[in-house]
Order: sequence, then structure tokens, then C-alpha cells
Amino acid sequence: MSEIFIHAKDLCFSYTDEEGREENPALQNFSVDICRGEYVAVLGHNGSGKSTFAKLMNYILEPTSGELTVNGLDLLRKDLSDEEILDLRKNVGMVFQNPDNQLVATIVEQDVAFGPENLGVPREELRRRVDSALETVGMSAYAKHEPHRLSGGQKQRVAIAGILAMMPQCVVFDESTAMLDPGGRREVLDTIRKLNQEQGMTVLNITHYMNEAAEADRIIVINDGKLLLDGTPDEIFAKRDVLTEVGLEVPQCAELIHALRAAGIQIDGNTISSPEACAELLQKALNKRAK
Amino acid sequence: MKGISFGQYYPANSIIHKMDPRFKILVATAFIVATFLCKSAVSFAALLGIGLALIFISQIPFKTIVRSIAPLLFIIAFTVVINIFFGTGEQLLVEFWKIRIYAEGLWRALFMFLRIFVLIVATSIFLTYTTTPMDLTDALESLMAPLKLIHVPVHVFAMMMSITLRFIPTLTEETEKIMNAQKARGADFVSGSLIKRVKALIPILIPLFSSAINRATQLADAMECRCYHGGEGRTRLNVMKWHASDVIYMLISIAICIGLVLLNQIQLGYVMN
Repeated sequence: MSEIFIHAKDLCFSYTDEEGREENPALQNFSVDICRGEYVAVLGHNGSGKSTFAKLMNYILEPTSGELTVNGLDLLRKDLSDEEILDLRKNVGMVFQNPDNQLVATIVEQDVAFGPENLGVPREELRRRVDSALETVGMSAYAKHEPHRLSGGQKQRVAIAGILAMMPQCVVFDESTAMLDPGGRREVLDTIRKLNQEQGMTVLNITHYMNEAAEADRIIVINDGKLLLDGTPDEIFAKRDVLTEVGLEVPQCAELIHALRAAGIQIDGNTISSPEACAELLQKALNKRAK
Repeated sequence: MKGISFGQYYPANSIIHKMDPRFKILVATAFIVATFLCKSAVSFAALLGIGLALIFISQIPFKTIVRSIAPLLFIIAFTVVINIFFGTGEQLLVEFWKIRIYAEGLWRALFMFLRIFVLIVATSIFLTYTTTPMDLTDALESLMAPLKLIHVPVHVFAMMMSITLRFIPTLTEETEKIMNAQKARGADFVSGSLIKRVKALIPILIPLFSSAINRATQLADAMECRCYHGGEGRTRLNVMKWHASDVIYMLISIAICIGLVLLNQIQLGYVMN
């Protein structure tokens, strides 16, 4: 595979309380390598540490111990300069859950320009970046609108454009679809896929929706601050029992296959991450029976 | 509530709308000073003429302007009444019981009325009606830029203002949601004594504050993620450009203001001291 973009080894992180004491670790001996251009979903239930993992990626949180290298920058070094941190944040953009709390300006295009403005991008270049970022997320027609008049999905796409305008190499989506309706969620997921496939961007999608994770190339499951599973969606969904034990459910189609197998029906194949693939497996099994 | 428009911006395509907001602020300031320097009947008459001319040029309907004056009607009425009944002078017009009304008092009341009227018209036409809040913020930041030399955090103030403007509709919507939630549980905001109604607002304010603080923390994280590090080295997507016409309009306005003050020399009718 290609070059490693995020490297974590025995990574630990603990939040500290008001008196500076360390509380229960949010991440414990967490080891993972993510390559450039990968589309990775990070799964886990509430409080599993998946959001903490996301915030460590661009130094919004400071790692406690272990190893963490992102885009070649060692985040455990104590003498990180402001320039290095800015460069990291420029390269690892982050989209949060609530679109309302990420938009800064009262006009869409001015909001998209906020990131590159901070980076001191010259004006002609700024204009180009804003226009192309808005085009990528399909919001060009709304450039002069006020954000509060947009729908949730549209706002979130504006927030993504705001990150894209910084021209990052990686975008972390921290439960970015959690507050959206199904239509808005679809818009955002399509945008994510497009970024990964067309621009080769590394994507980390932190989520607790199984169906959403199924769209990624690789899934990492975090439980109680520890890495539980790591593999392709097919591999992960095959381990239904492990997932159920930590309170996660496999997508309905995969559940169906598991249930049929448990009932003694033989179904060959292991591509169970999408409804289409499941339907195909079922069809094959039925054909075989008919013969 | 979706249709909430903050500020009173009235979209139109007048000369004043197109003026550079920085010049508008300067011109508005000049007018404010001029209204306070007017003393004679002649200059007040000219002031009224200019006020009406501004309304005409800005293409804002007279009704809209009158509506914006309505909330201040009480203050205007109060000033007028005070001047009529308590002003002293030499020309006694009416006297009954303990009240004496002098001609000078009437004049002064009229002048005060004109002064406040033109003050509101001029500032609202130059600032709120023809300039979007965002432009106004940018203009203030640009005009106050020299203060950076004495370490006034101009950029921070401007940022705070624009974030405030951004969040007004969001928080208004939120207030409505909370009110509805409280109403659904039997809260009553509309009946009872004033104290009772004010007390009923507390269950709205507490969740509103806690959510606002929450939003602020999240916004701070999001801004950090977008490399915000203060005003240093920032570039801007939209840079305000002034044109020769802006300078001409400003010079004309200042000439008019000086003219107004000079009209004080024509001592026709009552002159206020």
C-alpha cells in the first residue's frame, strides 16, 4: 500500500479534571496505521473514544503518551511550533457534528473563505479556491446566501467546502451526519465519497451508523478506548457476535444473512456490506436450492 | 422566524446604497455634528429639506422611515412637551394656572423635534437602511485600523461583531424552540402580572445560556481547526474599494454640513442659543 499518513502506536489519552488530575483514559494503547488515500470509518458507541481519536488527529487535543505521527509530524514532541500546528491543521481538516456551530460568517462564500483567509492566501487565489470548493460540494448557486436559511445538509456541505478551501490532504468527519435528516445525510456521504475517489483525499468518517460505515473501504471499531476490530466492511460485519457484545449492530442485510445461516441455510460468499451484495448472495443460494 | 432580517437593511439600488460603507460612516458623523450645530430657523429649515432629500435619494419608502421613528416617539414627545411647558423666554403667549407658554419655548420644541427627526433619518439612511450589517462591521474595522498602533484589538472586536450577527438568527430560532418546549409543559408567558411574566422567562434563559456556551466552545474548536490565529497575516476575500465618486459625495456632504452651520449667520426668526 501507499505511504502511511497517520501512524499511532500505543497511543494513550486521558482528559484531565479541573484540578489537573488524569481521569479514566479515553484511549488506551491504541495502535493503527492509516495510509494516504484511504477511506476509513471509525465505529464505536457513545463514549467509546472515537471522537477523542478524531480530535487528536489535528492537535485539538494533545496526546498523553505513546506514538502519534500525522503527515510526518510527531505530535508527541514537546516543542511543536505554532507554524507546525497550523500546517497540520491546514492538512487535516475537520468537520463537526453541528453545522450551525461551525459556520462563522453571515454569507456562504465568506464562510468558505475563512480558513484560507487565516492562512494568508492571496486574494485572486482565494476567489479561485472558494469557487472550486463550493463547486465540489455542489453549493455554487448558494454562494451569496445566508447560512441560516439553508437546510442542515446544505449547511454541512458549506462546512465541508470551508475545509476543502484550505486544500487539506485529509478530512476527518466527526459524526458529521448525526444531526441530519436522511436526505441531508445522503448529500454529505456522496460528497465524502467523491472527495475520496476523485481527489484521492484521505477520509476518516467517525460515526455510529453501520450503514454509513459500510460505505468505507476499511472500518476501525473502537470500544472503551481500545481498538477492537480493524478490517474491510465484509470482514467486520462477519464478526457479528463481537459487535453485538459491545452494543453495535450489523446492517440489516448482513443481519439477515447471519440469521439465515444460523437457521442452517447454506449461503456462500462473504460480501455482506451492501444490500445489493447481500441480495446477490441470497439469489445465488436460492438458485442453488432450486437446482 | 425564518424570515428574520437583522438590522433594517432595505435592498435598493440608490447612490447611497452603492457608496463605500466607510465613507457612509464618515458622512453620517458629519451630519450628526451639523444637526447639533444648527441654531437658526433658516438652518433648521435647510436641515429639514436635506433630511427629506436624503429619503428621496435613498429610495426608501417614507412609511418605512416613519416606522423606524415610531419607537422613539416617546422621547420626541417628551422633549417637545418639556420645551413647550418649561421653556422660558420673553414673549409670553398663554398663561393659565401655573403654566406659562412662551413663543421661544414653541420654537425650541420645533427645533428639537427637527433635530431628532433628521438625526434619526440621516443615521438610519446612511447606516442601517442602505448598508448590510456585515459591511458595517468591515467598515468599522477598516476605519478603526489606526487604533491598532496603540494596541487596541480592532480585529477581535470586528470578529466578535460578525460572529454575533451570524448567531442572532440561530439563537432566535433556539429561543423559539425552548419556548415551545416550555409551553408544551404548561408554561405561561403571556398572562399574569409583569413580575410573574418576567419570572416565567427564567426557564427560557437558563437553557438558552447553557446552549449558547456550548455552541461557543464548539465554534472555538471549529475555528481552531480552520487555522484561526487572530488577525495577523489574514487576507480577505472581499476588499472594500473606494471610488472617486465616494470622495466626491463625501466632499459634497461635508460642504452641505458646513453650509448648514454658516446658515446660522442669517438671523431670521428665532435663533436658539
